[in-house]
Amino acid sequence: MLDLKRIPVSALIGLFLTALFLFAALFAPWIAPYGNGEIVGDVWGPISATHLLGTDNLGRDLLSRMIYGARITIFIAVAATALSFILGSVLGFTAAVVGGWLDQTMSRFVDLLMSIPTLIFALVVLSVLPSTLVTLILVMGILDATRVYRLARAVAVDINVMDFVEAAKLRGEGRSWIIFREILPNALSPLVAELGLRFIFAVLFLSALSFLGLGVQPPNADWGGMVKENKDGIVFGIPAALIPAGAIALLAISVNLVADWVLNRTSDLKGGRGNG
Amino acid sequence: MGSTLILRLIAQRLALGVLLLFAVSVLIFAGTQILPGDVAQSILGQAATPQALENLRRDLGLNDPAYIRYFRWLGGVLTGDFGTALSNGRDIADALGGRLKNTLFLAACAAVISVPLAILLGLLAVRYRNGVIDKAISGFALASTSLPEFFIGYLLILFFAVELQWFPASSTVFDTMSFGARIQAIALPAITLTLVVLAHMMRMTRAAILNVMQSAYIETAELKGLSAFEIIRKHAMPNAVAPIVNVVMLNLAYLIVGVVVVEVIFVYPGMGQYLVDHVSKRDVPVVQAVGLIFAAVYIGLNMIADIVAILANPRLRHPK
Repeated sequence: MLDLKRIPVSALIGLFLTALFLFAALFAPWIAPYGNGEIVGDVWGPISATHLLGTDNLGRDLLSRMIYGARITIFIAVAATALSFILGSVLGFTAAVVGGWLDQTMSRFVDLLMSIPTLIFALVVLSVLPSTLVTLILVMGILDATRVYRLARAVAVDINVMDFVEAAKLRGEGRSWIIFREILPNALSPLVAELGLRFIFAVLFLSALSFLGLGVQPPNADWGGMVKENKDGIVFGIPAALIPAGAIALLAISVNLVADWVLNRTSDLKGGRGNG
Repeated sequence: MGSTLILRLIAQRLALGVLLLFAVSVLIFAGTQILPGDVAQSILGQAATPQALENLRRDLGLNDPAYIRYFRWLGGVLTGDFGTALSNGRDIADALGGRLKNTLFLAACAAVISVPLAILLGLLAVRYRNGVIDKAISGFALASTSLPEFFIGYLLILFFAVELQWFPASSTVFDTMSFGARIQAIALPAITLTLVVLAHMMRMTRAAILNVMQSAYIETAELKGLSAFEIIRKHAMPNAVAPIVNVVMLNLAYLIVGVVVVEVIFVYPGMGQYLVDHVSKRDVPVVQAVGLIFAAVYIGLNMIADIVAILANPRLRHPK
């Protein structure tokens, strides 16, 4: 069914790099040459055989920190994306199926939340919340759920009037059956297509927060936090901060390439027989 | 008849914008009240005695219910009084004035470069559709939507400030600076912001123009022998203006957000830097004030986009 040779080159590159990042994230303690907080050399040491990416602002091995950083970055982004999808799609489907004042209230509230730039509202809320991992994931997930909600609701409103849903309603099925057994399977492909984009957004959003010093707190660091740690070296011509920044970009681009390909496949499937 | 209808629609949009702004102010105020800890606690710290806390709460009016505190805050904001910062006790409105000007200046410079450039590149992409230029522009767009602001920013600093030394690495500006010196100081942040919004704006412009160019009336115009220039001037432009203005406004709104990160990269004394500093100090009054101003600018730009769309597109003047 899935012919490897028919995957476009761009998607293959994306898949390969995404898999590489995932591998680094999953097996960080086994593949990192040094510990996460271990000081092993001079401050901002150059690239050498023992330190493939040099050392950071405190003399820690940059490659090891990048690998651990991959773990933290991807873990938080995945958790926030999962939260936003579960929350957004369940609420969106419910709004579409139940309708009435519930739909009105939730939709207007989402409109309100989306009328403030996400980063600004996140900063407002983070100014009073404790800086923990859980808070971070909750804030990112809930704010991003607004976008998933809109998509899920729009898709579900269309599906809700189809014959098989009418039939299920006439059979006397309850709302949870309608939502999870009738609408969810049919709304899956547009939602999956959105998944990649939301994940990229989560990575970039987390990086921005950590870069501003409001995301992951030291001594742990995601890639955005590592940019913050090493940014003072830039004016002395030390490019250490560009390595995590580049990794964020590379991760975002590779997931984008995969998402593009998945999007084309699903839209092909919709319009008839798939061609790759 | 027609003009009063338009005026009424515009008045409706304005009223809606004001209403939205009030709702947003409630949301921002509520967002800073979700934790049990309060301002008095953060001023005096963990070691404060209950008596001292109680006195301060009474002086600051914190014992009143939340809605009374909200209206007191809102009343202050409406009369230009944002209160005082917790961290240094200075008047927030005073500190904001100069910074707001700096931020708007930076955003305006970025807009002046990016808007014409994006529209030009969008037009080029449509003109040479599916050609090399179009492909290159699309590829660049994909890459640049994935690049974090600080990657672009530090790359520019490394090349243009450290290696070539054309521009300063940190954009210090002060009041007595000449216009030329100011432009040189903000050149790098402005370029960073431009690169951040350019790709998205370009892609959306391309889509908007393509959408218009594929409609039946353009084909009719071609078939009746109008020149390409005439087609664009008489038929394509009037229909493309609304979507393009929409694109521009959306991206200017995005610029306002991008400014936060860019100001921190370049240590630029603007609103974004001010906001981030005071979020880490947990200085709630400042965060509320700056958050509200950012939201107001964002809502304002979206409202202008709506109004221009109504003015440019007769079909929107007759809502169902």
